[in-house]
Amino acid sequence: MRTVADLRPGERGTVTGFSDQELSIKLLEMGVLPGTEVIMRLVAPFGDPVCIEVSGYNLSMRMNEASTISLH
Amino acid sequence: MPDSRKVKVALVGNPNAGKSSLFNYLTGLNQKIGNFPGVTVDKRTGIAHLPNGQSIEVLDLPGTYSIYPRSMDEQVVVDTLLNEDGKDFPDVVVVIVDASNLKRNLLLFTEVHDLGIPVILALNMMDVADQKGLSINATALSRVLEVPVVSINARTGGGLDRLKNALTLPVEEVNPPMFDILPLASDAILETKRVLALDHDYKAYQYLINSPTLPSLNGSGESIAKEIIQKYDLEVRVVQAQETLGRYSMIDGILEKVLSRKPTQEQRQFSNKLDSILTHKVWGYLAFFLVLFLMFQSIFAWAEPMMDFIDLTFSALSGFVASILPDGVINRLITEGILPGIGGIVVFIPQIAFLFAFIAILEESGYMARAVFLMDKVMRKFGLNGKSVVPLISGVACAIPAVMATRSIDNWKDRIITIMVTPLMSCSARLPVYTILIALVVPSTSVLGFFNLQGVVLMAMYLLGFIAALLSAYVMKLLMKMRERSIFLMELPIYRTPRWKNVGITIVEKVKTFVFEAGKVILAISIVLWVLASYGPGDTFSQAEDVVREQVSGQGLSDQDVEDRIASFKLENSYAGRLGKVIEPVIAPLGYDWKIGIALITSFAAREVFVGTIATIYSVGSAADDNSTIRQKLAEERNPKTGGPMFTTAVAFSLLVFYAFAMQCMSTIAIVYRETKGWKWPTLQLIYMSALAYLSALAVYQLLS
Repeated sequence: MRTVADLRPGERGTVTGFSDQELSIKLLEMGVLPGTEVIMRLVAPFGDPVCIEVSGYNLSMRMNEASTISLH
Repeated sequence: MPDSRKVKVALVGNPNAGKSSLFNYLTGLNQKIGNFPGVTVDKRTGIAHLPNGQSIEVLDLPGTYSIYPRSMDEQVVVDTLLNEDGKDFPDVVVVIVDASNLKRNLLLFTEVHDLGIPVILALNMMDVADQKGLSINATALSRVLEVPVVSINARTGGGLDRLKNALTLPVEEVNPPMFDILPLASDAILETKRVLALDHDYKAYQYLINSPTLPSLNGSGESIAKEIIQKYDLEVRVVQAQETLGRYSMIDGILEKVLSRKPTQEQRQFSNKLDSILTHKVWGYLAFFLVLFLMFQSIFAWAEPMMDFIDLTFSALSGFVASILPDGVINRLITEGILPGIGGIVVFIPQIAFLFAFIAILEESGYMARAVFLMDKVMRKFGLNGKSVVPLISGVACAIPAVMATRSIDNWKDRIITIMVTPLMSCSARLPVYTILIALVVPSTSVLGFFNLQGVVLMAMYLLGFIAALLSAYVMKLLMKMRERSIFLMELPIYRTPRWKNVGITIVEKVKTFVFEAGKVILAISIVLWVLASYGPGDTFSQAEDVVREQVSGQGLSDQDVEDRIASFKLENSYAGRLGKVIEPVIAPLGYDWKIGIALITSFAAREVFVGTIATIYSVGSAADDNSTIRQKLAEERNPKTGGPMFTTAVAFSLLVFYAFAMQCMSTIAIVYRETKGWKWPTLQLIYMSALAYLSALAVYQLLS
């Protein structure tokens, strides 16, 4: 299953769900909602953390957090 | 409660929504504002005056994305809003929202609204929304939400009158909740209402979810909530996720009625382009390093002329006062105790001003969040967290706010390690010590044509502190065995030009704090020290003059030399001298004599006292040249054993390293006690830092001498 962690800078995807319940509550609050489009904006040096554009702003997260957001 | 008559207004909003700026405009109190998440960690209150002459009490609550807290500072928000009997419970809540990010910001608004407290919505950053092509109909929004909606500009203070007018209106009847929580967990909520005698569904639900930490329930709520959750087999997280999703779909419905999109040229592009450079694997670190380098270079190079001027002014003043006052105790107290003490405070104002200007600009511009993003992976290797970057960088200014800034780190282990190593960062109190010692033994030559060698050494001192902090963190990471979940999720705010007014306020505030808070201690210690150095026990001190004259009679010394001998003999036999002698055996391996020993003892209270102490001791110790500068006095000081300068390169660097690592700050110990709620961590910190300081200084002295 493709997740946000698989996106390369500039690539897009639409959120379908989450694999971590505890984290998903925080992600929902931050506007990462099922059906929302995310764009990978930045990858920090050494590949972690990353920054996505979602709901009109830039949100950074670690790779292990990005990999809990599934896309299609 | 003295202010019980005043209407209480709480400000609530997402991080970076402009809450702190609005608070500044409302209350006129000088506050620090940055657009880095987590800068507002303490409770801030102020009084605002409304157009009708009424005064209200304004409370600035920490920024949060929802009322479900994930860190200590966010916890404050839900605690305050749910505790009806608490002294901070507001009559009205102003929810400030970032209009350019309306959807996410409205989530918090609907949650606060549903708690049943009267709310006013302040729409901020309409200009940014406009640039993004978003047009918001505030009147329609007010109609749909059924609450007052005021558009403001927290950066310029625009629309403030409208907000104040809205606050003068009588508190309206509270609307019923916008989102009905009952269907998601009806049995559990109904039972909670019954058991706790509540009449409000959403509040009852909040007690169920947030009870373990709610002070208003006096701990009894936790067991009640647990029981009910178990009884009805309530999946708290599922319900919470459903609530958030439900609220968002409700918000989508609202936005359809109030929001329209215009075709837009991408304004974020600039911010994004800048980010691709500033977070680049080469350019990003280079930029980070350059920013820090510029900071230290400017602290040294730009502040120096001002410092020299202040230093000279004070020594001239001492000379002048000495010449107009009749000779005696008062004269000496002023010229040898009080004036050098005050001079030792005032001389560091330029450097402190530059330092805080840089830190304020980094926070204001949004760069601080990029530094967190850039450093997270590296910091994690050392047992820290990207968010540790903020405390560590603030630690360069002062460890006290830095330790408080660790509250934004949600992981307890990361937070403790950050607290433990933050005081190793070279704070502004060490700057006076570094400055004076570096100026003494490092020549002011230029390196590679344009770097000042003294500036390079100063930067090396800061690097040393940073490396020591990282290595200590690594050791602690290995020693502390616990695993805890750490959530990173952080907004990268768009870059903004710093508000120069805010930068100015920060500088004035910090300089004032230094002069009046640290200054008080420095001055008091200078005077106490002068007394200890001017008087001594027994006959040896009072008969010093006779003893010395007898010793030197027939040696053909000039009057000046005899006077000097008498003065240093007196100092050696004074109370201060005796105290220094007691610890001399312990510090002798580090290259220090009893005079430096006195300075070490006094600077346990606060490091910056070192310079004032040294100035006082050497003023007393030399009868001649009362109007020479501190640096000259140190350079002229002779080592009685070798006859050469006392402050050799080895002694100066040994002292530099000692001050870099030693925990010589009572206030830091106090704040670590407060933040960790016990003596365990501050005690461990004191022990490990003292050992590190002593052993490193010993190694440096033995290697260099």
